[in-house]
Parts: sequence; structure tokens; C-alpha cells
Amino acid sequence: MSSKAIHAPLREEEIRTLRAGDSVLLSGTIYTGRDAAHKRLCALVAAGEPLPFDLRNQVIYYAGPCPAKPGDAIGACGPTTSYRMDAYAPTLCDLGLIGMIGKGQRSEAVASAIRRNGGVYFAATGGAGALIASCVKAAEVIAFDDLGTEAIRRLTVEDLPLIVAIDAQGGNLYESGPAQYRR
Amino acid sequence: MRELDVARVEETVYTLFRRACCEIGEDVLSLLERNLETEESPFGREVLRQLIENDRLAAEKQMPLCQDTGMAVIFMDIGQDVHFTGGDVNRAIEEGVRRAYRDGCFRASVLTPLTRINTKDNTPAVVHVRIVPGDRVTITAAPKGFGSENMSRLFMLTPSQGVEGVKDAIVEAVRLAGGNPCPPVVVGVGIGGTAERAMQMAKHSLTRTCGEPSPDPMLAGMERELLARINDLGIGPQGLGGRTTALAVHIEQMPTHIAGLPVAVNMQCHAARHKAATI
Repeated sequence: MSSKAIHAPLREEEIRTLRAGDSVLLSGTIYTGRDAAHKRLCALVAAGEPLPFDLRNQVIYYAGPCPAKPGDAIGACGPTTSYRMDAYAPTLCDLGLIGMIGKGQRSEAVASAIRRNGGVYFAATGGAGALIASCVKAAEVIAFDDLGTEAIRRLTVEDLPLIVAIDAQGGNLYESGPAQYRR
Repeated sequence: MRELDVARVEETVYTLFRRACCEIGEDVLSLLERNLETEESPFGREVLRQLIENDRLAAEKQMPLCQDTGMAVIFMDIGQDVHFTGGDVNRAIEEGVRRAYRDGCFRASVLTPLTRINTKDNTPAVVHVRIVPGDRVTITAAPKGFGSENMSRLFMLTPSQGVEGVKDAIVEAVRLAGGNPCPPVVVGVGIGGTAERAMQMAKHSLTRTCGEPSPDPMLAGMERELLARINDLGIGPQGLGGRTTALAVHIEQMPTHIAGLPVAVNMQCHAARHKAATI
């Protein structure tokens, strides 16, 4: 499959060209965050307190990596299932978060937040933890260190293979894909 | 009676988990390869290609193939003529798990459910013990990720729903799970017993060589039929559409109560990890 190279933080004009079903190779800076980190981020938002990083045009990767072996940037680092972050994602999208990476279907509330804010949801290959780790060149915990694997990490990634699953125009590969092959 | 030092149990648990998290079985790998040949969806083929490459890379680098190195599920068949010596066998099992997860750089994914405070060493393990004839102990390590575990379901059907009701429930569980459990999945099914035994059979069925049919011809027939129905759902690898939704369906059954028809579905992602040893 031919893939489009894109760079994070994402530019809005770049996002506008993405359609559900596009293959992309993502390079640049992204942030990990999963269940516990999302709960804390949204608690900070509710309390009117500053977030540990500016969400604008950023990408959050739903992942909790394994510890790195000596000499490696990171351990196995595939995506976790996204629907558990559905309760929090619209709040973050409305604050400028532009991209999410995970696996599995999202709620209508998330799809609508993506349309409203011109965002995008990418699918990474669940269970490809070793392969994805080889795309991570650097990793650093930037918040919630006490959460262990669930801490927020800033990752430098190179050519991370992703598929656009939900786009800002209403395209959703989790619906159109299976519909095409259902018998 | 045969004496067995618990240190051997600890060492075996340790080695099995170190291997299970990094080395996918040939059974799974060959099913992924076979489905890559027949998968019609370009996304499906791309995902299967990535998974095969990932699983080879993980084994070569001895790193976990998936970051979700799971809860440490253990099946232990203990010969009734075995006498454990040298300490508490339960502590030996926990120590084996603790060391394997630490030395393997595996993820500490286990926490107290309500406070969400991580135990930091992936213990406790979930241990299922059976007493069997003989003087040997067979240990199966089956690390279980929760993307798929979360998609498991228990149906307490009524007898009137019959075999067709059972089949429909299983297919519905897979349909509702969609892309969440990391398809292509292995569908573990337990029919009969009680609520908890049905789920235990479903889990145990996942330790069978992936794709090997049930020795019971009726169950083997159901497994084939259900695999075809599940792959007609179109969910495909990672839920992006395609023919390969499941690699296999494994069913176990046992007698149940006249009033009941329990059906448990334990979903297993494509990282169907299990390693066994007899000591």
C-alpha cells in the first residue's frame, strides 16, 4: 500500500486532505496517554488548572509501553483499545487536540468532536508492539510519572505506519470496511 | 509419592512466561500466513503482514510481541502423587511470575480494581489447579491481554434456545466485539457446567494448539461452522474490514443443570500466547 508521509504536530491543512482508508507514515513528536492519564487530564481541565502540555495540534497515542531494555528507546509499544478513552476525548479535542492514535471503533461523540474540530483518528496495528517500538526513536516521561506505564511520554517517532480510521468529513473505516466484506 | 521441590515450579513458571510473551507459537504464525494468502482486503493483508513481521521480530530480539504482556494466567495439572517440598508452592508461582516480568522487561499491568494502585510486579497470577492421576505436574503459562479479555461474555441461555441459540450467542459476541479484541481472534467457548466453570472452560480451550479441532466430532463440526459464520461478519484484521476475523474457534463442554445452558465466550487476540511444560 502506498503511504503518505505526515509530520506531528499536525498542520490543519494537512489534516483536511486525509480520508478514512488512507495509509500514512507519521514522523515527529507525539504523546502517549491512556486510561489513568486521561482521567487526570480531564480532572485538571475541570479544575481550571494548566495541562502538562499544550494540546493544540498535538497527537495523543493511546499506549502504555513495556519498560525499555538497556540500550533501547522504549519497550514494546502497540496501541491500546480506544473506546475506553471515549469519555474523555471530546473534552481534549475541544481544547485543540487534533489527532488520536489507537485501535478499535469510537463513539459517535468522539466522531462528532473530530468533525467539529477538524481532527483525525488513526488506527495503529494492535499487537504489533515490537514492530512499532522500532519506529520510536526517543521517549521521555513528561507527566504523571507515578502512573508507571500509564504516565504521559513524549515520543519521537519515525515512519509510524497508521491507517486513517475516522476523518473530519464523516468517513469511518470501522463502518465502511466491514460493510464491504459482510456476507 | 514423588517429592518435587517448589524451586522447580518457580523456575518452570519463570521460563514459560519469558518465552510465552516473546515467542508466538508456530500454530498461530502458520494460521496468520495461511490467512494472508486468502485475505481479500488490502487493509487486512497489510495488518497480517505487519503481525507476521512483528512476531518474527519479537522472537528474534526477545522482546514482547505485544506491550500488553497480560495478566499471568496459569493452568496447573498436579498429579495426586506429588508432594511439594521446599516451601509454599503458591509463593513459588508468584515469584516465578514476578521475576519473569521484571527480567523480561514486561509490563506491570496488574492493579487493585477499585483503588487502581498498581502492584508493580504483575502479581498476583490467576492460577487454575486440577488434580490429576500420576506424579507429574503440567504447567501452562497463558499471559492474557485485556483488549480481548474485556470483550468476553457470559450467556446464561435457557434450554429452549438450544444449539442454534448457542451458535447465535457466540457469533453475536464476536460481532459486538468488532475490532476491539485485536482480530484476527481465537474464540474460546465453554458450554455447560456453571457460570464460572463455563468461563474457565472457555479460557482453557485457548491453551489448545491454535486451530486444532476438538476431539469431539460434534464440537469439531460446530467449530468449523462457527468459524465460517464469524468470518462472514466482515470485521477483518483489526476491524478494518476483511475475511479474517477469527483464526479458530475452540469449544469445550461439560454437563450442566436441567434448568440451564451456560455459554461463555472468552475472546483471545491474535497474540494467542501459551507455553506448557511437564515436570
